[in-house]
Amino acid sequence: MDYLPNILFAIALIIGLGYFTKNIKKLRRNIKLGQDVDVSNNKSQRWKNMAMIALGQSKMVRRPVAGFLHVIVYVGFVVINIEVLEIIIDGLFGTHRIFSGIGSLYGILIGSFEILALLVFVAVIVFWIRRNIIKLKRFWKAEMTSWPKNDANYILYFEMVLMTLFLVMNATDIHFQDMASGNVVSQFISPWFSSLSEHTIHLVERSAWWLHILGIMVFLNYLYFSKHLHILLAFPNTYYGSLKAKGELNNLESVTKEVMLMMDPNADPFAAPAEGAEEEEPSKFGASDVQDLNWVQLLNAYTCTECGRCTSECPANQTGKKLSPRKIMMDTRDRLEEVGNNIDSNKGVFKEDGKQLLDDYITKEELWACTSCNACVEACPVSINPMSIILEMRRYLVMEQSAAPTELNNMMTNIENNGAPWPYNQMDRLNWKEE
Amino acid sequence: MSDVLKVPTMAEFMAQGKQPEVLFWVGCAGSFDDRAKKITKAFVKLLNKANVEFAVLGTEESCTGDPAKRSGNEFLFQMQAVTNIEVLNAYEIKKIVTACPHCFNTLKNEYPSLGGNYEVVHHTQLLKSLLDDGRLSIEGGKFKGKRITFHDPCYLGRANNVYEAPRELIKKLDAELVEMKNCKRNGLCCGAGGAQMFKESEKGDKEINVERTEQAMETTPDIIAAGCPFCNTMMTDGIKVKEKETEIAVMDIAELIATAQDL
Repeated sequence: MDYLPNILFAIALIIGLGYFTKNIKKLRRNIKLGQDVDVSNNKSQRWKNMAMIALGQSKMVRRPVAGFLHVIVYVGFVVINIEVLEIIIDGLFGTHRIFSGIGSLYGILIGSFEILALLVFVAVIVFWIRRNIIKLKRFWKAEMTSWPKNDANYILYFEMVLMTLFLVMNATDIHFQDMASGNVVSQFISPWFSSLSEHTIHLVERSAWWLHILGIMVFLNYLYFSKHLHILLAFPNTYYGSLKAKGELNNLESVTKEVMLMMDPNADPFAAPAEGAEEEEPSKFGASDVQDLNWVQLLNAYTCTECGRCTSECPANQTGKKLSPRKIMMDTRDRLEEVGNNIDSNKGVFKEDGKQLLDDYITKEELWACTSCNACVEACPVSINPMSIILEMRRYLVMEQSAAPTELNNMMTNIENNGAPWPYNQMDRLNWKEE
Repeated sequence: MSDVLKVPTMAEFMAQGKQPEVLFWVGCAGSFDDRAKKITKAFVKLLNKANVEFAVLGTEESCTGDPAKRSGNEFLFQMQAVTNIEVLNAYEIKKIVTACPHCFNTLKNEYPSLGGNYEVVHHTQLLKSLLDDGRLSIEGGKFKGKRITFHDPCYLGRANNVYEAPRELIKKLDAELVEMKNCKRNGLCCGAGGAQMFKESEKGDKEINVERTEQAMETTPDIIAAGCPFCNTMMTDGIKVKEKETEIAVMDIAELIATAQDL
């Protein structure tokens, strides 16, 4: 019977990690539904970007208040999780604070965890106040419907509870309090429990310990369903983020092939395909659904934590248009999840569901409101590029559906006919010289 | 004035068996838009003054394809690009200057993978280097004490990280450079990019150019400096909406310098 807690712990750990792994596999599968894109170049710059932007939070701190609070929570999260290692060993082998034998270093470590836990607790409360009391505009935009709002608050509650449990666990650990080393914060909480019997205090300590580690397991598994995935995906996302100048849009290779053929005076338009050449599937231009996007764009969608910095910088959104870059990312993720679930419930094959990203999620009105100014791309703290998705969808509208607004069709006809977006004769291009 | 403008074409250079220092890519706005033509001329006057051997393509120039690409018409863009690249490569062009950040971005970033490799600079960058080399000098008397705010064009600033060249030119004018709350990488778009110039905007509660003009007016400027013909149009319209035409001028950097030189 002595081993019962250890067995229960092992089972909890296996279930927690197992379900998490299952969902991570699904996540990978969904991301790989996207088109292939070559991101193998310039590895050193990519590592550097990841180190600076994700690890170093360089873009987070551009907004000093949110940035500062975020750094606290981020550092707290990373550092306090070292303690989880000890908890897992203790849980599996029935030891108690196995690392406490390492001497004064242990006190220093736990002491810093406690200070960080307190700081995280305070920072999270400020975050909650910014969302729910101050009601910062970007947290209350149209796309912030009930789930996104609740999701954000659940994460904050989770963190408050986990930090509280951690401090209570330490405060009620009589042996640890007796060591009087590292209980920087918990020594002030400990007296709250002093009226209880030793047995009850021990019970509180055990409960806090169990709830803390089970809470961590639940939180870990909550990630997949939440915007909070960014804590993991920010790293690959900043690694795979674009290294090009922001103004550079990719040139579609499938189009280049056709254009070159058109421009080649020796090309025979009626030529039969070469012997043995595979019948090439006619390529689709642009994107009407998530599978048409590339996998980095899909990774972007899962990475988005809906902070809304992009939307708050968007000139179209600022002037009351429907376009919100954050919504582009949220819609892409929602549709991708829908496609993923469709595949799961149809034995691994996508069954046409009569829906797509275009129109069912993202409307033309949103797409045509973009000025391609790159403010959203600049604003994103984790290198997400909403503009690239907007462009792909415009490409579909124009090249597959000829569905551009009339004025744009006129502009393009002008370019085709006379090499300028306005109806002026190309032969008049130098007239300004004489005027 | 027109008789003093020296605007040789590439065809003329070719006929003489010469190569210019730099090709001036005028762009559609610079060629056809009445307001932008003034910028083109101001820039040419400065090139003439500094004795820069430049040429234009003239009637051989065509749209870079930027608005088509950003509308999603990749076919039209690449047709334009490939045609232009054929012309540019036939003339063995090495260096291009343009007063339009959209042409600048497209030529610089989107032409190379289609076979067009050139050194491309914005006119503010070229003017800056002419000053640094002593080929051009600026006397700022005219603008002394004037408050000038610079509106960053998205395709020069955020898109290509050129923030300083235009600002250094303004500082040379002895003017007071005042920055808007949203400037440099945080600059707000004028509303023309992504082919918006050629269409009505979607339904909203305000026009983007009015929003940006209001931000500029917060700096109580005498002049709003621009570095893009489209931004220039948008800001000029914004000033008209605000009925401030008599108090605030919208001018391109090239125009500011040309005016300072009494050109």
